[in-house]
This record gives sequence, C-alpha cells and structure tokens, in this order.
Amino acid sequence: MPNIVVLVKRVPDTNARIVVSGDRVDLSAVKWVISPYDEFAIETALQHKEADGGTVTALTLGPADSDKVLKDAKAIGVDEIVRVWNESWNELDSNAIQSALAQAVTDLGADVVYCGKTAADTGAGSTGPGVAERLGWASVSNITDASFAGGITVTTPVEGGSAKVSVLGNAVISCDKGNMKVRKPNVKGIMMAKRAQVNVVSADAPASSVTIVSQSPPPAKPAGKKYEGGSSAEEVARLLRDEANVI
Amino acid sequence: MSESVIIAETSKGSIAPVTAELVSAAIALGTSPTVVVPCTDASIADGAGYDGVSRTIAVKGDCFANYDASSWAAAIDAAAPSGIIIAAATPQSKDVAARVAARRGLSIVQDVVAIDGMNLTSPIYSGKAMQTVSLSGDAAVSVRANVFPAASSSAANVSVVDQSGDVATAVQEVIARASERLDVAEANIIISGGRGMGSPDNFSHLEKIADVLGAAVGASRAAVDTWDDIPHSMQVGQTGKTVNPNLYIAVGISGAIQHLAGMRSSKYIVAVNKDADAPIFSHADYGIVATWEEALPVLESALSSMMS
Ligand SMILES: Cc1cc2nc3c(=O)[nH]c(=O)nc-3n(C[C@H](O)[C@H](O)[C@H](O)COP(=O)(O)OP(=O)(O)OC[C@H]3O[C@@H](n4cnc5c(N)ncnc54)[C@H](O)[C@@H]3O)c2cc1C
Repeated sequence: MPNIVVLVKRVPDTNARIVVSGDRVDLSAVKWVISPYDEFAIETALQHKEADGGTVTALTLGPADSDKVLKDAKAIGVDEIVRVWNESWNELDSNAIQSALAQAVTDLGADVVYCGKTAADTGAGSTGPGVAERLGWASVSNITDASFAGGITVTTPVEGGSAKVSVLGNAVISCDKGNMKVRKPNVKGIMMAKRAQVNVVSADAPASSVTIVSQSPPPAKPAGKKYEGGSSAEEVARLLRDEANVI
Repeated sequence: MSESVIIAETSKGSIAPVTAELVSAAIALGTSPTVVVPCTDASIADGAGYDGVSRTIAVKGDCFANYDASSWAAAIDAAAPSGIIIAAATPQSKDVAARVAARRGLSIVQDVVAIDGMNLTSPIYSGKAMQTVSLSGDAAVSVRANVFPAASSSAANVSVVDQSGDVATAVQEVIARASERLDVAEANIIISGGRGMGSPDNFSHLEKIADVLGAAVGASRAAVDTWDDIPHSMQVGQTGKTVNPNLYIAVGISGAIQHLAGMRSSKYIVAVNKDADAPIFSHADYGIVATWEEALPVLESALSSMMS
C-alpha cells in the first residue's frame, strides 16, 4: 500500500495586503494559511489513499510557526504530520529547500509525493520538479485530475489541449485547481488535529547561492485614461493601434 | 565572459519568438549564450540563430515527442554545456528548468522581469511585491515574455546531438481543446469576461472580438464557478493561469486582487465595466465606463475596420 507524502507550505492569505517597510515585506500583520494549491494536493493524496489504502503524511519545511498548517492538514484528514527544520537555517534558496525536502521524503520512505503547482508566495513552481529530480523520480506538473485504477493516471495541460498521462514508478505530482472540490475539516478532524503531534525531523541543506537583496512594492503604473460611455470604445481602439502599438 | 545556456522555447514544431528575448536576457546577464533546442527534428534549430549567439545545439531525441519532465531534463543536461541556464517562464519551461537546475545542484530563480548585472527581479505574492535576488555562481533563470527586446535573427551555426532519455510517463490520450481558439497561456492578446457578462452565451461577443484580434478568451473565477460552460482552463488569476500578454481586455470583471494576480503584469490593460469605481480601473491603461452591451459592438466594429 502506498506511502503517500503531500508537501504543504505556510503562506500569507491571498487576500492579505502586502506591506513593504524598508527593503523587506512586513508580514507581521497578515493571516497565514495553507497555500491554496496545496489544498488540491491534499485532496488528491486523500483520494489516492481512498483508492489504494496506505498512509498520507503532510510534510512542510519551516520553523515552529509552520505547525499550524500541518494541523490544518491533519484536520482535513492526513494521517501524519512532519516538519523538517534545522535551527541554523534562514532564507534558504531553492537548491537548499529541495535538497532538505528530498532527504525528508526519502527518510519517510515515500512512494509518491503530491504538492501544489506553485506556492502562493513565490509563484515559482520549482519545488515539485526539483524534488523529483533529486529523488530520480518522474514528475508531472499542473495536473487537473487524477485517477488511481491500475496505477496513477493524471490529466495535465499540453499545447492545444490536455493529455491523460500514466505515471510509471515513483513520482512527484503537482496539482492545479481543475474541477476538484476539496474537502473541508469537520469537527472530529479539528478535535484530532488539536491533539496531534508534529514530528520534527532534521536534514542537511547546501549553502545558498541566491540571496535576497531587496523587496519592494510593485512599480506604480502611470494613471490610465478613462472614458465614459460605450462610444469611447472607438477612441480606445485607435489608441491601442497608434499609442500602445499592440494591435 | 561567462557562458550561459538558453533552452529554446518551441511551439507547434518551431522556435517560439520568446527565444529571441531570452538571448537579450542572457546578454543582459553579461553572458555568452549557447542555444539548446530540444527536438525530434533537428531542422527546426535552423530557426534558432541570433546576433550574439555563436552556437546552437539541436538536442534530438525520441523523448521530445511528448513532454516528460525527467527525460527532457536528462537529455538537455547531457547535451548542454555548463553555465547559467535560461528558459522562458512558460509552465513547461519553468518545470524543465527546475529539473535541469536540480540535476546540476543549482538554484533557480523563476519569472524574472528585470536584470541588472547579477541582480534579478521577480514578482512575489502574486505581484503585490517585487523581489530582487543576487546570484553568486551558476543558477537557472526563467524569464517572462514581453520584457526583453527580441535579439535579431541571423544564420544559426547548428550542431546536432543525438540524445536518448528514459521516459517516465506515458501519454494515454491527448484531448484537444473543444474550440480551435488559442489558450490564454499561449496568447499575446487576451479578452476576458467576468460575472458582469450576465450569461455564458454572452461570451460570444468576446469571441467575435477575439477572432478579429487573433486573441484568446479568458474568464474570471466568478464566471468559471457560476457557469458550467466556462471551463476552468479559461480562468485567469491566483487559482487559474498567470498570463503576461501584450494586451489584456477585461470585460465585466471587477478586478479582485486574485484576478489581478494573474494578469497585472500585462503590457496594456483595457477595462470595460459599468461601475466607474471598479478596482480594475486603477490598473487599466484604457478604461471604458459603460456596459459591455454598449461598448463591445463599437469596439468590434472599430477593430474590424482597423484590422481589415
Ligand atoms: C483563494 C482564492 C482564489 C481566487 N482565485 C481567483 C482566480 O484565479 N481568478 C479570479 O478571477 N478570481 C479568483 N478569486 C475570486 C475573486 O476574489 C473574485 O471573486 C472574482 O475575481 C470576481 O469575478 P468577477 O470580477 O467576474 O465578478 P464580480 O466581482 O461580481 O464583478 C463583476 C463586475 O462586472 C461589472 N458588470 C456587471 N454588469 C455589467 C455590464 N452589463 N457591463 C459591464 N460591466 C458589468 C460589475 O460592475 C462588476 O465590477 C479567488 C478568490 C479566493 C478567495
């Protein structure tokens, strides 16, 4: 029966206002949540378990304040919750993060890993494929559907449409929204999550070679032109050609 | 000058225009680029010659017939020289670049929109802030389209490397999109409709304009969630697609932060909304305060006569 791991990350709520003070964002006032795509990964992992049995372990990388998202995952229905951290770490780059996660996934003895297609904070989408490469596993990204009859088959976008792809062997699969409805925690789950213990594990990470220089507000866009009434669409069409040169 | 490796973007069996922009990005990084073209037919690499590029490598292999991340990364890694890896920030190329980087024990910086020496800037928090990082050594970098100027084409100096890779996934079935229309992720012009369109049938008014412009049709999440006929593949935003077209026309879309997350970096934004206070207007280069019923017929006929 499969040993299923799902990667989750603590990120600011997507509704949060992001404030920059000095040359860093100030996240002291934001509400923290599981990254929205990770909820689709949890759902897919739970569906996999329902089809094939096994266990689902939610894994995150971060200091103790990440325990909350693990408990949220527990409330939704995962079996085990694990956090990988080393007190000497701060501002890890992608190489360090993927190395540490790959080591934790190996130590957990996982057969398959699910994650969100990107984390809502960085939007990068590097972790799933990067961890897969370090494990020597297959990866399929941005899936919109999965089925588990006779192996894992996923739907993934390809040029001109989508493809149903079967996954041979171990894999890291990153999940998009698709038409999936995610289950929400129920009262029993929330009670169990309160008592659940986070298993904290350690790993090694190579030194970072990418360092943050600064964070800043997005460049202000010059105020646009605003017109009243539908007939102004004619003028806008002309400006798109003559001023913006985009058509 | 240090070396870099550009992973050419291909589309429908030829080199995609964004590849020429990657050359400018490589030069902005102070590197001398080699272009690597993953392909099943090496002749497409003839289209990957640019001023400033001395060498183009066609990496030819059966594994490139369908996208399979692990075999692509293995084959590209084996054929490409060392150096900073540069790819387009499309979903597939971000994915393969992440694997090639991991294979080489490198870090990756995705969605770069500005380069200043070894400092790279990307949006974070869905574009609500920008982050600049510095590289100390080789890394992989993905670059958004429509940011850097396209390098001029010149004759390609192609060498062909045959490469095989163990494919780890098997395509069972390809489901072509119901419509012939472009996908929002592939389009340079997008016209999107929101809940303000009133009904899914009214998207036909957007399609008519899309046909005139060769544009893709997108949608807000409210439209996707409300109407079964509007598929999630059309959704732009936080939980939909992130797009970066030259022109984005938002019709009957309020401009919620999660919608903006997917399209705010579009080069030009046009908004049509009947509510003069809709937040979308603060991000629009050209705003039209009107119902779509009033504005779209005028827009369509003006564009039709300009394009014909
Ligand atoms: C975690 C999370 C993720 C999300 N992800 C996404 C996402 O990926 N993409 C996304 O779009 N949203 C997303 N949302 C939802 C987002 O918050 C908004 O609810 C959504 O974008 C609203 O869509 P809308 O603008 O079409 O609808 P509304 O906000 O209802 O706006 C409709 C607009 O149409 C205008 N209008 C009405 N009638 C007409 C008319 N006849 N002519 C012209 N204008 C008219 C109105 O003035 C109004 O501004 C997400 C939300 C959450 C919490």
